[in-house]
Amino acid sequence: MAASRLEVRKTYKLYIGGAFPRSESGHSYEVHDSKGKFVANAAKASRKDVRDAVVAARKAFPGWAGRTAYNRGQILYRIAEVMEDRRPQFVQAVQQSEGGSAAQAGRQVDEAIDRLVWYAGWADKLAQVAGNANPVAGPFFNHSAPEPTGVVGVLAPQSSSLLGLVSVVAPVVVTGNTTVVVSSYSRPLPAVTFAEVLATSDVPGGVVNLLTGDAATLGPWLAAHMDVNAIDVTGVAGDLDTATALEVAAADNLKRVRRAPAAEPDWTAVPALTTMTDFLETKTVWHPIGV
Amino acid sequence: MSATASTQSSEGLGAYADVTASEASLRRFLHGLPGVDQVGAEARAAALGTRSIKTTAKAYALDLAISMVDLTTLEGQDTPGKVRALANKALRPDPSDPSCPSAAAVCVYGDLVGDVKEIVGDRVNVAAVATAFPSGRAALDVKLADTRDAVEAGADEIDMVIDRGAFLAGHYLQVFEEIVAVKEACRRPDGSHAHLKVIFETGELQTYDNVRRASWLAMLAGSDFIKTSTGKVQPAATLPVTLVMLEAVRDFREATGVQIGVKPAGGIRTAKDAIKYLVMVNEITGPDWLTPDWFRFGASTLLNDLLMQRTKMATGRYSGPDYFTLD
Repeated sequence: MAASRLEVRKTYKLYIGGAFPRSESGHSYEVHDSKGKFVANAAKASRKDVRDAVVAARKAFPGWAGRTAYNRGQILYRIAEVMEDRRPQFVQAVQQSEGGSAAQAGRQVDEAIDRLVWYAGWADKLAQVAGNANPVAGPFFNHSAPEPTGVVGVLAPQSSSLLGLVSVVAPVVVTGNTTVVVSSYSRPLPAVTFAEVLATSDVPGGVVNLLTGDAATLGPWLAAHMDVNAIDVTGVAGDLDTATALEVAAADNLKRVRRAPAAEPDWTAVPALTTMTDFLETKTVWHPIGV
Repeated sequence: MSATASTQSSEGLGAYADVTASEASLRRFLHGLPGVDQVGAEARAAALGTRSIKTTAKAYALDLAISMVDLTTLEGQDTPGKVRALANKALRPDPSDPSCPSAAAVCVYGDLVGDVKEIVGDRVNVAAVATAFPSGRAALDVKLADTRDAVEAGADEIDMVIDRGAFLAGHYLQVFEEIVAVKEACRRPDGSHAHLKVIFETGELQTYDNVRRASWLAMLAGSDFIKTSTGKVQPAATLPVTLVMLEAVRDFREATGVQIGVKPAGGIRTAKDAIKYLVMVNEITGPDWLTPDWFRFGASTLLNDLLMQRTKMATGRYSGPDYFTLD
């Protein structure tokens, strides 16, 4: 019946500062499914998109870090809710990208939504675990509290297109950081849909900026950027030379680096708290008693 | 730099003596100026904004733009300490790089001129806003006293505002005579005079035709520079408004031989914007205006962005605001 209908061929865009711009370079690239069939075009982010995204993330940082942890948690729950609403679309995107059955893709999506809920729960509890009231020998209180570090660059995993993405983005933003994420190059579509979810779930513009493009090209710009405070280079897992080069570039302004594992980890495992604490700074304050 | 414009002015301006003789003749002249094609001006400005300036041309443009910045702070909360910090920044915008040029001037309220002068001496100019800035609503005596105070304190340049109320009401001669009087107040005992910049507040003039008229009015009255805005009213400087003013100074030099400078101020925050202005200056008036003597940017945050871009070109990596002073 629909044999004569011409399919709309989609060209997706980037997600920067709460808006969906095209790449500054004007470039896009073809995205194929697991069987090699054309699916859609994705914007190919350039270094200037990285620059713009960092500016947007920096601008959003004070507002996001200044919100209460409880409020950030609620917003993460909200993301999970909206993802749940769009579950069929995510299942299709994951299945197209990663292959396998619809049931397998469905499990990935469920796992990703549960992962968000898990991190959302941590929002107002992490300070109790990572912070401390330090005992001191004097008439003072001495408190240590975790604080967000700032703008975090994230190179998202290449093979786990949705669960892996959520697993690296959620721990960064839940604690109050803002982020510039480079999605999987060959499997960007779940990330594009995720950006659409973020745009409609109370996340302030600029908190998460999603770029579709090549981690090896964009990584060095992000790693060398003096206005980025930390970088997660999981996306180049297994490529030791690139990972080392990124760490060297990141050393210039003493970025916190979450190093690339030798191979992409099993994302279904329960995450360690270091996924969050790696991007936190500890603020310690002395406070006199009885004044 | 301040004396050049006026020495040659009397002769070329002679032809316009009867224009400014009476209210009626001045009005006839200003309303006889060709109207500005609004759509055309905006399209031209937009088209010039699309030029791509890269590599060595960009490096040149960035340094030129830095040397054209009138580093400005015009807040009620300005303290002597703050303007001294700003003065030091104008001298050495990038302390880590001695090849970075100084800014053109520091622009402050008249009472803070002394604090700035102490730091910069003669190495960078000191500009003071005067004549009841920013509204311009005061008696002429007050405005002139304001101007004389700033000149006595050592200001090299005076940024005056025109009486927009009088201009919009059509009292052109009143505005004209006010500029002439302020120019006279800029005179120093040794006969030299402080450079006079006339601010139109183009955001309040409503039309491009009015901008063109105000430009001619100020130039005939003997201003050395014409300046778009105070920075207190939105919209401040825009590309099309500056284009109209650049055309006016170009035509004025053709007619009289007197060169007048242009200063867009307010709302220019990025290096990209600044380069668009430089492209426009080169295209409309030609390279004669591409020096800090004849073109300035009134700005504060612009300087940091220029420095960040400059650092990016030198180091090959993006810089951040953490590495430059807050102001």
